[in-house]
Amino acid sequence: MLELIKNTNINFLGKKYIAFIFSGILSIIGIIAIVQIATGKANLGIDFAGGTAVQLKFEKPVSLHEVRKVLEDGGLKDIDLQDLPAVNKILIRVKKTEHQLGQISDAIINVISQKLPDNKYSVDSTTLIGPKVGGKLRADAAKAVAVAVVGILIYVAFRFQFKFGVGATIATFHDVLAVLGIFYLMGRETNLILVTALLTIAGYSLTDTVVVFDRIRENLRKRHKEPVEAVMNASINEVLSRTIITSFTVLLTSIALFFFGGEVIHDFALAMIMGVVIGTYSSIFIASPIVLLWGGKRPFGNK
Amino acid sequence: MKKKFFWRILLITVTTILSVVFSLPSTRLFSSMPELWKKYMPDEGMVLGLDLQGGVHLVFEVEGDKAVDITTERIVTRLKDIFEKEGLKAEVKKDNLDIIIQPSGDSDKIKKAVVDNYPNLNLVEGVEERLIYRLTDREINVIKDSSVDQALETIRNRIDQFGVREPTIHKQSTNEIVVQLPGVKDTRRAIDLVGKTAILEFKLPDDENPLAAQLPALISSGEEEKLLQEFASKIPEDDEILFGRDVDKETGRVIKRVYLIKKQTLMTGDLLTEASVNIDTMYNEPYVAISFNAAGAKLFDQITAANVQRRLAIILDNNVYSAPVIKERISGGSAQIEGRFSMEEAKDLAIVLRSGSLMAPLKMLQNVTVGPSLGRDSIEAGIKAGIIGAILVIVFMMVYYRLSGVIADLALVLNIILLVGALSMFKATLTLPGIAGIILAIGMAVDSNVLMFERIRDEIRAGKTPRSAVDSGYSKAFWTIFDSHVTTLITAVVLFQFGTGPIKGFAVTLSLGVAINLFTALVGTKTVFDFINTKREIKKLSI
Repeated sequence: MLELIKNTNINFLGKKYIAFIFSGILSIIGIIAIVQIATGKANLGIDFAGGTAVQLKFEKPVSLHEVRKVLEDGGLKDIDLQDLPAVNKILIRVKKTEHQLGQISDAIINVISQKLPDNKYSVDSTTLIGPKVGGKLRADAAKAVAVAVVGILIYVAFRFQFKFGVGATIATFHDVLAVLGIFYLMGRETNLILVTALLTIAGYSLTDTVVVFDRIRENLRKRHKEPVEAVMNASINEVLSRTIITSFTVLLTSIALFFFGGEVIHDFALAMIMGVVIGTYSSIFIASPIVLLWGGKRPFGNK
Repeated sequence: MKKKFFWRILLITVTTILSVVFSLPSTRLFSSMPELWKKYMPDEGMVLGLDLQGGVHLVFEVEGDKAVDITTERIVTRLKDIFEKEGLKAEVKKDNLDIIIQPSGDSDKIKKAVVDNYPNLNLVEGVEERLIYRLTDREINVIKDSSVDQALETIRNRIDQFGVREPTIHKQSTNEIVVQLPGVKDTRRAIDLVGKTAILEFKLPDDENPLAAQLPALISSGEEEKLLQEFASKIPEDDEILFGRDVDKETGRVIKRVYLIKKQTLMTGDLLTEASVNIDTMYNEPYVAISFNAAGAKLFDQITAANVQRRLAIILDNNVYSAPVIKERISGGSAQIEGRFSMEEAKDLAIVLRSGSLMAPLKMLQNVTVGPSLGRDSIEAGIKAGIIGAILVIVFMMVYYRLSGVIADLALVLNIILLVGALSMFKATLTLPGIAGIILAIGMAVDSNVLMFERIRDEIRAGKTPRSAVDSGYSKAFWTIFDSHVTTLITAVVLFQFGTGPIKGFAVTLSLGVAINLFTALVGTKTVFDFINTKREIKKLSI
């Protein structure tokens, strides 16, 4: 048989404090990101912030600079431009909605038609979100994340023991925070698609954690005379290859999505790639040490 | 042993065949199937979401408060008429939602007249010379609720006449209406059609007032606010300035005609029975011909008779469409609305007039419009990413697990077929995130097999024979697989509960993918292994 990882004997739990420092930093960035999102300082998508977005597809290449100048001359303020030069597309966003919905997108289209008459374009999409809807979507997203995490905690606590539930939930929270934090540092947009990715990551990162926990539970029953830490370490080493391979196959499809899935799904795929990698790391370095610290070094009860 | 196989293989075969049959309408292959097949086999597959086929997603808020306001205003007008008819002297005014009546004679008679005609009015304050009435809270709620239902009904009617294939129009929370129009190309026209309040009113221009002569006849579009501010102090209490859209014949620019109009509404569009588009033979311009019911015809007859040689303004949603001079009394019960329309504008106007006005205006909360080309690009990119992702996974599994990897790959293919089949059977809406969900499911589909194979490898290392290694590997991996899938299902369910359109699509594909994956791994792959093992005792497992 072809084995990438054979008979490893790595002291994962011994490295828990290094892991905690590393993950602590990631989580703090994530918490900062949440604060910035809640106070509206982060790069929020139109769906959360409210506003107008118009995506235009031009026939000939067009420069961001040119479009910005034309729009500003046309009296449009607070515009935010993003381009996809490979396909001659430009995304124009206006977050403030003092005007009635609909007027800004009409104004943008009018200005572009008048000032850039030589470069024909088609309107790929327009999105107008009123402030009320944005607020509701934000609240819904926050609720969804909370409900999902609580649901996971309950399930894992029910299937294993409460301390495993705590370990799994903290590791899951860590994964979500880390991806959110990295997105924030990269200046990427926080939108509904990202929240979807975060929830998917939350669900999926548990797959690895459950695999590890399952083996720990099994081994603790068989080798109940040995120290808990040694049994845990051995268990992680035993399941290391499957933890990595299951993540690897999802990573493969996420990478395919990232490179070939098109612009709309690009950030979703990026978040999935990060989430799968971080999720695998956390189920090894975070979830188990927390169970160990929470549960103490006493032999675990049989459940 | 043989019998056990029979049922399992039958189950797999039947589900596969069913899936293929149900999937066919979702693919291009369906159009080349024989007629008999098309007639008797499922002919509806997955529905493409708005983000994939292009179209508009609109959310409106029905402004119920304004419906209450309009109702109050109507009551005030009617009360004035009633008092006049019954010879009662009183001043009637409206202040927000309060109806203030200041009787100059017998207030008891006034009170009686109000109660007789409007039992739904509450006397909130009643000093002798100043009565304040308000609609009861119950009546206000009835008006608000019915304004939402009426808007829903009217929008359905308008969209029907406009002609959109498979529109979705439904209520959301208490006062919001969601309108989804797939495949609509002229989105602005559709939005105008849906969102118009369409209150048609006939009013008189106040041409005798000296202010009428001071007002400019035409202004450029966009200068309305400025003009209103300039004349704000000069407008008489019973008049208002309204505008009408026109096009400058020479320059082709949009201009606004300025009208000084008496506030009193002589007649509204309620009494209308028919509206249709005709072409003016002299100017070759379309106009909308309207006809009234018997009561409307009588009223129109009276109005025109009383105002011969005066102008009559035809106003829709506070825009003056035209204000022709009444040449003679019109008793036939028909009229025409001219307004320099394009053919499409005239058609849409006829539709909104036929389907009637909304009780309350609509406020747009959300508008997501996707052009058809973006949707097409997205589907192509999604399919490409899916195929490449699947190939990567399939090759990896073959290299790493060899023959067992091939079995897992077969299970993966079966998984995709079943997933597409299930989505088609449920006529699920496929969205772009939904496609991403399918692709992710491909990556997760082999996870169960990986967990089992690794477990079997454990057992082989422990010295078991291939057959017992397979059996104990399966039974030991079962709960791990189950647990890890359930956690993904939990988040998928949450996403379904909280998500909007496209996200729901993702939740559906992901959760179906996970559920089907349990089936293909625990039933499908296991059967193949068992089958190989019963044929002959294998010395070495290719894993």
